[in-house]
Amino acid sequence: MAGIMKVKAKSKKEMTSVKLMAKHIMESGQRKDKKTGEAIPAMFLQGITVQHGGKTVFEANLGTAVSKNPYLAFTFAGGAKGEELTINWVESTGKTGSETAAIK
Amino acid sequence: MMNRRKVIKALATGGALIGASVLMPGLALAGWNKEAFGSENQGMAMKSLLGAEPAASADVSLKAPSIAENGAVVPVTVKTAVANVESISIFVEGNPTPLVAEFMIPAGTKAEVSTRIRMGKTSNITAVVKADGQLLSASQETKVTIGGCGG
Repeated sequence: MAGIMKVKAKSKKEMTSVKLMAKHIMESGQRKDKKTGEAIPAMFLQGITVQHGGKTVFEANLGTAVSKNPYLAFTFAGGAKGEELTINWVESTGKTGSETAAIK
Repeated sequence: MMNRRKVIKALATGGALIGASVLMPGLALAGWNKEAFGSENQGMAMKSLLGAEPAASADVSLKAPSIAENGAVVPVTVKTAVANVESISIFVEGNPTPLVAEFMIPAGTKAEVSTRIRMGKTSNITAVVKADGQLLSASQETKVTIGGCGG
């Protein structure tokens, strides 16, 4: 399955900075269908967890007020070039995904 | 990987609630505080997420634009020099549900997070840092010229 995560992870001086963008509409449940006037049900990414070497380095719980195509940036200690990050996500519908990205 | 066992466990314990949660069916994620994210009042959302209301502190830095042309995408950066940070959460008082996001900061991860949020109208943004059991916050007003919540 094609992933939804775009990840740029860079290792520098034993710290790894991660910039992550998820391709997701983040439907808030506030919008209305212009034709029918009915509310479009909410559908958004609820959780994103980033793991490195089996250890969770970042965890985000998101609400509907996070912008479309959520962007997250953080930095953690450790990580080296060529190592892998695992990104797990959960949608409000219960759908989940797991993707990996290499540290550069 | 997202720990199937945990998901199933959460579903089983939360089973009785599933029927009632038409709006937010996402009980699958154990860490997601449904009550806090669904709360329409900032004080209530803070209490249910963090247990109490935070105290303003100069140790928390919140970076957000003072005027946002587009409320759908407001860049926000929160950082703090305080030690033993457990979580950072962001609230927008004027939004239909004020709690925007909660970030868990495990040991070894820097207490600095950037993201982009939606704002329905001009309002205060509040960042709350939980560290050593203390709740510290910083607030800032951001003026919004085009709201980001409607259609």
